[in-house]
Amino acid sequence: MSGANDPYDPKQVAALSAEALDAAVQAAAEAFAGAGDLEALAAVRPAHLGDRAPVLLARRELGALPPAARSDAGKRVNAARVAVTEAYAERLAVLEAERDERVLAEERVDVTLPWDRAPRGARHPLTTLTDRIADVFVGMGYEVADGPELEAEWLNFDALNTGPDHPARSLADTFFVAPEDSGLVLRTHTSPVQARTMLERTPPIYVVAPGRVYRTDELDATHTPVFHQVEGLAVDKGLTMAHLRGTLDHLARSLFGADAQTRWRPHFFPFTEPSAEFDVWFPEHRDGPQWVEWGGCGMVNPRVLRACGIDPEVYTGFAFGMGIERALQFRSGVGDMHDIVEGDVRFTTAFGVEQ
Amino acid sequence: MKVPVSWLSEMVDLPAGITVEELEAAFVRLGLEVDDVVRPPVTTGPLVVGRVLEIEELTGFKKPIRYCQVDVGEESPRGIVCGARNFAVGDLVVAALPGAVLPGDFAIAARTTYDHVSDGMICSVRELGIGEDHAGILVLGQDGYTPGTPAAGQLGLDDVVFDLEVTPDRGYAMSLRGIARDLAAALAVDWRDPAALTPPAWSGEPAWQVSVADPQRCDRFSMVALEGLDPAAPSPWELRRRLTQCGVRSISLAVDVTNYVMLELGQPMHAFDRDRLSGPIEVRLARAGERLTTLDGVDRALTDDDLLIADGSGPIGLAGVMGGASTEIGDTTTSVLLEAAHWAPTGISRGVRRHKLPSEAAKRFERGTDPEVTVVALARAAALLAEHGGARVVGAPVDLDVRGPRPVIALDAGLPGRVAGVDYPASQVVDVLRAIGAAVDADGERLQVTPPSWRGDLTDPADLVEEVVRSVGLDEIPSVLPSAPAGRGLTDRQRRRRSVGRALADAGYVEAPAYPFIGTTVLDDLGLPADDARRTLITLRNPLSEEAPALRTTLLPGLLASLARNLSRGQRDVALFEHGAVFPGGLTGTAPVPGVDRRPDDETLAALLGAVPVQPWHVGVVLTGQREPRGWWGPGRPADWADAVQAARVVAEAAGVELTVRAGELAPWHPGRCAELLVGDRVVGHAGELHPRVIAALELPARTCAMELDLDALPAAPVQAGPHVSTFPPVLVDLALVVPADVPAAAVDAAVREGAGELLESLRLFDVYTGSSVPAGSKSLAYALTLRAPDRTLTGEDANAARDAAAALAADRTGAVVRG
Repeated sequence: MSGANDPYDPKQVAALSAEALDAAVQAAAEAFAGAGDLEALAAVRPAHLGDRAPVLLARRELGALPPAARSDAGKRVNAARVAVTEAYAERLAVLEAERDERVLAEERVDVTLPWDRAPRGARHPLTTLTDRIADVFVGMGYEVADGPELEAEWLNFDALNTGPDHPARSLADTFFVAPEDSGLVLRTHTSPVQARTMLERTPPIYVVAPGRVYRTDELDATHTPVFHQVEGLAVDKGLTMAHLRGTLDHLARSLFGADAQTRWRPHFFPFTEPSAEFDVWFPEHRDGPQWVEWGGCGMVNPRVLRACGIDPEVYTGFAFGMGIERALQFRSGVGDMHDIVEGDVRFTTAFGVEQ
Repeated sequence: MKVPVSWLSEMVDLPAGITVEELEAAFVRLGLEVDDVVRPPVTTGPLVVGRVLEIEELTGFKKPIRYCQVDVGEESPRGIVCGARNFAVGDLVVAALPGAVLPGDFAIAARTTYDHVSDGMICSVRELGIGEDHAGILVLGQDGYTPGTPAAGQLGLDDVVFDLEVTPDRGYAMSLRGIARDLAAALAVDWRDPAALTPPAWSGEPAWQVSVADPQRCDRFSMVALEGLDPAAPSPWELRRRLTQCGVRSISLAVDVTNYVMLELGQPMHAFDRDRLSGPIEVRLARAGERLTTLDGVDRALTDDDLLIADGSGPIGLAGVMGGASTEIGDTTTSVLLEAAHWAPTGISRGVRRHKLPSEAAKRFERGTDPEVTVVALARAAALLAEHGGARVVGAPVDLDVRGPRPVIALDAGLPGRVAGVDYPASQVVDVLRAIGAAVDADGERLQVTPPSWRGDLTDPADLVEEVVRSVGLDEIPSVLPSAPAGRGLTDRQRRRRSVGRALADAGYVEAPAYPFIGTTVLDDLGLPADDARRTLITLRNPLSEEAPALRTTLLPGLLASLARNLSRGQRDVALFEHGAVFPGGLTGTAPVPGVDRRPDDETLAALLGAVPVQPWHVGVVLTGQREPRGWWGPGRPADWADAVQAARVVAEAAGVELTVRAGELAPWHPGRCAELLVGDRVVGHAGELHPRVIAALELPARTCAMELDLDALPAAPVQAGPHVSTFPPVLVDLALVVPADVPAAAVDAAVREGAGELLESLRLFDVYTGSSVPAGSKSLAYALTLRAPDRTLTGEDANAARDAAAALAADRTGAVVRG
């Protein structure tokens, strides 16, 4: 059928003649071939494949033919349309290939240019290592306990079986708060958090206490007066030193790889009995695999349990603690403590934001 | 505690061929930490004992020089030139012969000096590398050695010294005797107790008239008197060598002997010059106003807690800590009163701390000595002084012994196993306890254990458990992971601290934790007014530095110091953050110190916890230089006040709370560029550019910026309600408003938001313009509004109505005029 506004003579269907169709196909092919680029091709496309293109107009005329002639003419029209479409597609493919060859090549950029417009920040490796250790314990079901850095002397010492005249008290190199009777110190270890936890909670207790601690050491390559510890405490029925070892072995493997393990040496701490220091086997040490001193541990002294209101006849506990600076020093091969404490951005930025 | 292996091997039958490494491992297993293994200095070539046969004094040189004939065991003596003068004909010395190489690559050769050929060298202790003494050459005495024998053995040049760290509980290990006992048990070999000697049956008048007024702090006090000591008698080389190896300086025979016996038996002793004593000796507490000049020459004021040894003249010694100068033995002392006592450890500890006198004697007394050996030690010292100094004991010893019975500890034989997680048979527990010297009365599993006299540290069953676990070996303990009950993970507060740190790092800030010590100087530099709350400081009694004796009340001093350090090291663009505790508000009270035999009562505990000041967790940033660097994309952007305020917004966002900002005024910020940070009505911090005066005082770059807020003041983040996400199309409209220049953008922003109503999806201020096309004294704020309805496609009329309402409310609230 012809369009409503298209007057035609039903006898005159020249558009369907083979000659006319061939001419249309020919014209299209020439027009497409003459298009030098994709834009030109797009410009000539409507004239040969648009709604008003000869091959599409011819198709409308088919309805005017008698049924016997319609089939023949239909085939011709279709063939012509396919021919034009293919001519277009061929030319399009050629021009696209040319474009890919030429134009995209012209648009090439140097992708290696830096795009460091946003300044780089970083978390301090002490922070991220502390978080990592805490996460290992959280994974074991422990909770993370916090406590104040400025602490009651009783909690820092007395409650931990370190009475006023205990020799360990003078060994601890404590910062005392003025005036003399303030009863306050800068905590020398995170152990007062353990005491606080035992005073606040009832067993079973499984907590880990990371935090900043203080001793009156001068800053040098291996000492700093302000440093960080993580301590753990478990109080439950039937806990043994075997459980303590299992816990420390698990931590060592989590931080230092599947081959890490711990070794114990008898030692003395007022708040644990028996007590030990522990070393960790660190296969990745920059000076080769070796044992590295890491921390202290032991079974909570029954006197400490009693001072914190826990019956040592019913419960036993274990406790352990280690220095984060020390762990960072050997885990990351940091030779000088100054680098850890001075806040130089070159040191910290190397560690990035970390997970 | 330094332990020469040669000395140890006199007491312990060390297995043949045991190596230094095996010994070290044995010490470590015992809990005797090996601080150092001191190997003797390396000497090669001929080093022999020589006897001085002739001395020819050479004159005419700048200093006196001797040319000596020395018998070194050869057919004829060798001529050796020597500059020292502390020897005589007949003395045995150490000669390094040509070909010898002494420590420090000191090669000895025959050479002509002072017109004589010196065919070797007579050595000093320092030249041999075995000590610091260089006052003269080493004299071995007059007999005991054959000239020509290799000297290395006599000098200890084949002797290894272990430096052991003795923990505060193990007083007995502060002696060769104690270490030998432990080591013998660990190696399962025999040993001989050097204290197993029977003092001679001295008789006669007691050595001195003595009384002890404080038997609580001195339960045994023993003395013996000696006469006829040759004050010039030198200490034998063997004794001096061991003292040197153990780090003790040789002084005189009498002093050296007391030190030697202390090292050997663990019993510190004091030698008084008997002729300088007057009247009866009393062991008593100091009286008000008493003073004592101690051996170190320091005149000390005494307190009524100081235990003294006093005679008719007053104090003559600080018991167990240090003797007094007035009765010190000297060059002419021939008559000596030796004292050996047992002091209560706690009193000694207090004295050491009070007088800052950590003497070798006090180190042993505060760890606990063996009260059994006072008289044994006196006998041992008397024998040495007799042998080497010709002294003889006069009269009977004094021995005031008021010790009570030793405590008996009831122990369940199964307890060590239950603590360790190892099955120790009861018989093994008994064996171990007996091996450490305890008397054990076993009734099946119930043990009555009497610790040995030298183990005052063993008071509780737990102490005995430790002995069993340690002796059997920590390596026996298996590794078993306990199953903790389910935990609740991190608290909101802990999660918030992590989030804030990560957010600031993501925003380009580098974490720089600083020491929290400050002084008033930096607070002056920060321009804090006299009544500023941040000037209320908590001060330390023993700060590391007098310039920074207090705890920080703000993070800024530390952050700015870190900033300055980075700048001084060549950085130009620096952005730092820190989060941590601050210590504001001063002290609120005194923390009580309750007993420890039980949980403190609730009231005491509350007072204790209440006296610990609240220590809020702050977060702060400082930044300077370029916030965004220049690059191939174009110019950079300098850090400014807005970055500091934005850092606060980053923190608030990470903390999940809404922050509002308004103009503020607080030191150390620039009064016109200081933002007050609020959550609700509460001011939680400040941010902006630092005051130019502060920048000048701290020598910081111009326009340095900072932010600090109290993280603990932020309320808990509410649980976020999920917003409805509309799928209808948005309408975007712009709105430019002209307002007086002093109207804060935040006020306009709030009015626009409220006026636009519920259709406003988002609002963005995309331009602030001041210039010729707006009236003087005003500014144009250009907003992009995204409007959207939850349930329909908005029409142009809807959008215009919302926009007009926004403009109208802004006009009403802020005098805003829509810009044409």
